[in-house]
Amino acid sequence: MEPTVAVNPWVALAYLASGVLFILALRGLSSPATSRTGNRLGMLGMLIAVVTTLVTHIPWMGPVGSIPTGCVPGTGECLKPCAIGSAGCSTIYDLNNNLLSVGIPILAAIAIGGTIGFVTARKIQMTAMPQLVAAFHSLVGMAAVLVAIAAFLNPGAFAILGADGNILTVSRIEMSLGAAIGAITFSGSVIAFAKLNGNMSGAPIILPARHVINLGTLAAIIVLVGMFAASAHAGPGENNLFWIVVALAFAIGFLLIIPIGGADMPVVVSMLNSYSGWAAAAMGFTLHNTAMIITGALVGSSGAILSYIMCRAMNRSFISVIAGGFGATSAAVGEAREQRPYKRGSAEDAAFLLKQAENVIIIPGYGMAVAQAQFVLRDMADNLKAHGVNVKYAIHPVAGRMPGHMNVLLAEANVPYDEVYELEDINHEFAQCDVAFIIGANDVVNPAAKTDKSSPIYGMPVFDVGKAKTIMFLKRSMSGVGYSGVDNEVFYLDQTMMLLADAKKMVEEINKSLAD
Amino acid sequence: MDFISILSIFVLACFVGYYVVWSVTPALHTPLMSVTNAISSVIVVGALIASAAAGASGAKWFGLVAVALASVNIFGGFAVTARMLAMYKKKERPAPKAEGQ
Repeated sequence: MEPTVAVNPWVALAYLASGVLFILALRGLSSPATSRTGNRLGMLGMLIAVVTTLVTHIPWMGPVGSIPTGCVPGTGECLKPCAIGSAGCSTIYDLNNNLLSVGIPILAAIAIGGTIGFVTARKIQMTAMPQLVAAFHSLVGMAAVLVAIAAFLNPGAFAILGADGNILTVSRIEMSLGAAIGAITFSGSVIAFAKLNGNMSGAPIILPARHVINLGTLAAIIVLVGMFAASAHAGPGENNLFWIVVALAFAIGFLLIIPIGGADMPVVVSMLNSYSGWAAAAMGFTLHNTAMIITGALVGSSGAILSYIMCRAMNRSFISVIAGGFGATSAAVGEAREQRPYKRGSAEDAAFLLKQAENVIIIPGYGMAVAQAQFVLRDMADNLKAHGVNVKYAIHPVAGRMPGHMNVLLAEANVPYDEVYELEDINHEFAQCDVAFIIGANDVVNPAAKTDKSSPIYGMPVFDVGKAKTIMFLKRSMSGVGYSGVDNEVFYLDQTMMLLADAKKMVEEINKSLAD
Repeated sequence: MDFISILSIFVLACFVGYYVVWSVTPALHTPLMSVTNAISSVIVVGALIASAAAGASGAKWFGLVAVALASVNIFGGFAVTARMLAMYKKKERPAPKAEGQ
């Protein structure tokens, strides 16, 4: 007998419980105070799902022998030869003697994967978080593809066979879609990883006629899934449509991401997060598994919402991000800039003004993280607080390389999270602010986003730093421009003091002056 | 379970996801992504079924590889989320002398 889909209501309830725990895990993230409990509930949910599956699907008990039906134990009657399964014979079940050959490989796979995952999670630098998440997405995608392939090769184990011995039509659609979304997630995430990790240039790679190729491939996948569902035979060897769908999906994931530039990677990472969820949901449909369906829907919505938030923060439409090509012309724009007068300040000047200030708002950008200046920046804030200065941090949604990335980088430097504010919560405070301290950020304070319709960042919400009494702009040199490659009016304002140096060195010097 | 029941769970879960995710504070969007990553590895359920099933040994190997990949994600995803969340601290205000200056 093949194992069948859980008919035991306790099993269904266990999967439901694990789905509910996953919802609570996300709910916990509504505040840092409850988030740690949330994460533990998530672990508990996963434990329940895994243990339930192992208990119900490992063949614990197996036939070990048989005795004539109704024989009296201890009598010679029971020793008579009797073939397992033959008429008049009762089968004796005991712990399966194949248990180890089934269990050990599974435990080994969990141990190997778990160790790799755990060690990576311990060692990874917080600046490398986007790459790590992209890499993890690729693994979920690949796992979905492999599970779909396993279901295709051994449909009996997944209880998706119809009365005619073929895979059920609806299951064929679900599993081929799951495999296709998983494959897109995999190859797309591999490209996103390579771009984020610097293995591949962040510049968009534009193929001629790429829209035609991409749309054609997507249409082909949909048609082939339909043909696979409608065909008379769906077994391995009888039907190659499934394999073609998987192959095309791997190709399209690759083609979809290569034309997208480095600046749009936060959207891509969020989008792939969403896809990994839809892949899990599709496989949940195939397996009739509540935990997988709930999780897939949660993760799918989460990624979609994060993509939307990132697009809104850059004032880019989702379609234009997906169409790709952004960032290809930035170098050319950066060249043709005239020299304009600006004021340059020293660390001593900055320290003097900061000490006098009542309210200071720090605007960190990714440049700060590249210079690893977040730790000395926190020291500076501590020094200022000791002088009675009120210090706040203002974070733009695109300040890091993925949603919320800057918050993690500041948290790592022990910046208390209740001193860190989001764009819309702090933007009105610049009018009362004595010093706006911009470190490693550029585009997010560029007023061109409000005034210059021709600017590539036009429409992007930005900080109103111009309202601050003094602006300190910490930057490596005047030549560097932001991702968008546009000049920034803030450099040339009367109240702006340019602090041109390596972010970490400059902040260290300010700290020295503050201590004097 | 019939298809309509499954679809109902799915659609309702999408709505739950929508409201729960909008209530996540933006400061925790990176941990949100890493924890969703970890929980989407619940696909390991399918991988375990394939690895534990009798018959078709090819399917078993695909299942075992999927178990290993999903395990990287489960352990890695929850561990890295825990590591990040442990860094989020509130303002400590036990130093009144600093205020008095």
